[in-house]
Amino acid sequence: MDWSLILNWGFLIALATAGITLAVPVLLAALGEIVTERAGVLNLGLDGVMVAGGVAGFMAAFYLQNGPLAGISQWLGLAVGVLAGMLMGLILAVLTITLRADQVVAGVTLVVLGHGVGNYLYRQNIGTLTARTNGLPPLALPGLNRIPVLGEILFNKDGTVYLTAFLVFLVWFLLFRTTWGLKIRAVGENPAASDTSGINVNLTRYAATLIGTALAGLGGAVLTVVQLRMFREGIMGGRGWIALALVIFARWRPGLALAGALMFGLADAIQYRVQALSQIERGVGTIPYEFLLMLPYILTILVLLYRAGRGDAPEALGRPYVKGSD
Amino acid sequence: MTQATIESLAHDARKPLPGWAAHIAAPVVGGLIGLGIGVFLIVIAGADPLAAYAVMFQGAFGGARQIQETILKTAPLLIMGLGLSVAFRARVWNIGGEGQYYMGALVGGAIGLAFPGWPSPLLIPAMLVGGAAGGLLWALIAGLMKVRRGVSEIISTLMLNYIAILFVQYMARGPLQEPGGYLPESAQLVAAARLPTFFGTRIHLGVLIALVLIPLVFALIWSTPLGFRLRAVGERASVARYAGIQVERMILFALAFSGALAGLAGIIEVSTLHTRLKGEISGGYGFSGILVALLGRMHPLGVTVAALFFAALTIGAQSMHVVYGLPDALANAIQAIVVLSVLAVDALAHRR
Repeated sequence: MDWSLILNWGFLIALATAGITLAVPVLLAALGEIVTERAGVLNLGLDGVMVAGGVAGFMAAFYLQNGPLAGISQWLGLAVGVLAGMLMGLILAVLTITLRADQVVAGVTLVVLGHGVGNYLYRQNIGTLTARTNGLPPLALPGLNRIPVLGEILFNKDGTVYLTAFLVFLVWFLLFRTTWGLKIRAVGENPAASDTSGINVNLTRYAATLIGTALAGLGGAVLTVVQLRMFREGIMGGRGWIALALVIFARWRPGLALAGALMFGLADAIQYRVQALSQIERGVGTIPYEFLLMLPYILTILVLLYRAGRGDAPEALGRPYVKGSD
Repeated sequence: MTQATIESLAHDARKPLPGWAAHIAAPVVGGLIGLGIGVFLIVIAGADPLAAYAVMFQGAFGGARQIQETILKTAPLLIMGLGLSVAFRARVWNIGGEGQYYMGALVGGAIGLAFPGWPSPLLIPAMLVGGAAGGLLWALIAGLMKVRRGVSEIISTLMLNYIAILFVQYMARGPLQEPGGYLPESAQLVAAARLPTFFGTRIHLGVLIALVLIPLVFALIWSTPLGFRLRAVGERASVARYAGIQVERMILFALAFSGALAGLAGIIEVSTLHTRLKGEISGGYGFSGILVALLGRMHPLGVTVAALFFAALTIGAQSMHVVYGLPDALANAIQAIVVLSVLAVDALAHRR
């Protein structure tokens, strides 16, 4: 491979630009899962929640974009994705918080539910693989987009990227600067003590689960409605699972999740770009594309190996709360 | 199924029933709820649910050929479900069955491709052992990461799925591609590398293996010290450790065993159904196998019934797809709803 094709400004800028965009879906899911897990609920069904958001959001945006609501159809699609995610969250919450079912079993089954129902509804209603949404146009931030290099990388994105950046701040603010965030964290660390001090443990956990799945549903919808503008089976590519690993990597902190997601976005972008290059530069030293496609998954395993065995997880994570016990 | 019925059934399951009946009540109720919500999914697709279910039943059990298809679909589900039952009893959450299935298919298939001259009685055992070894070693990667570094096997086995599938895709279009072939797949396995079939049907050795594994897994779980230790680790790892059980070894065994059976399922499917290595050899058994183990309550007999039920759903959904054009993904949706319902019914029954 001719390395000058990679090591030049234009290519690196394109890479960074794509990396930031590709980080968005997984970052949204990870942010949501941070809120959920901080309250002590482990949502292993994240990938199924993202698929539910992705398929519902895509279908809504696709059907609405030729009607009277065409102007806001893409954003409505994203909103439907949020609602679909929350519906999945409600199922999980009833099972694990109210009924105190095993969170691992419920989560894994939720994944199959999301994929199964999602694929069924898509094939039943649209079916074709050529259906496309209109997506969102880039929204250049006046002035800021004129900054050399950075302007192009950071300030000429579609609206969901700015929204996600704001949500990183919002989740951080919610968790660490509001009494409500304090309650969420208290419930995740020591539900019995929280209960004694008058916090409604299960209500707080419901709220945290619904917020978490709303964000995961949004992440799935951003991928299908705005970024790939299509839906097909397996389109989520395990992003929900990667987000779960990101939460561990980020030590349950929104800021670190941002950093981790950017790393993944970049790995994804490299994978796409080098693939495209290999096709131009046939022959010498080309890497089989399967190995490039493996990059995000290998990276996830490396991240887990690096982070594993260190604490920081919410104390009561994965354990249902029974009044009067500890 | 109304909420009141569920609650009353759950209530019934609480005390007055003998243990085995309580164990069976929830899956039966769950199955009914799953099929009930399936009615809703069929109705919103504009089809007649009763007619659609009749077609499904016909498709799965309507004749000798249909029953044969259902049995053939049961075998890999059963083999994977049995392996996962053992792992789940130790609360080792191997959700990487799909990847282990692929690696088993790869290793076993490569042996079959490499030694086409071997006689069948030598080649087939070699392939089966190779398949099991492939799945075992792939699962052991997650096992070692778990016991050495404390990496959650849930995420690691899942990530290894994607890596395994991509690796098999690469091998099938690269090093193992049929010489002179254009498609991304290996040459076809020679006749000696195909599992023998019985009685002039397509029922093959893999079905027999699955049947033999039922009592073996039963014995492993309840009649061996190993099974006792596995269950002890699943009950409470800290107590098991205190009692002198080497928890790490049990974790490794649980992953190795379930991985080996997943790999075995992989090579069986490649030897009988696909007859060559290619990217698309998945039957979605990775996740279905998990649900089979859970619905079967990690009991070999329960797993057998669950595997048969899921196989019938899958085969039946294919008929429904042909006749009514309803997507066969309905089978997966119903399977997940069934397991979620069982989870809910169980939780209701055990609520204090």
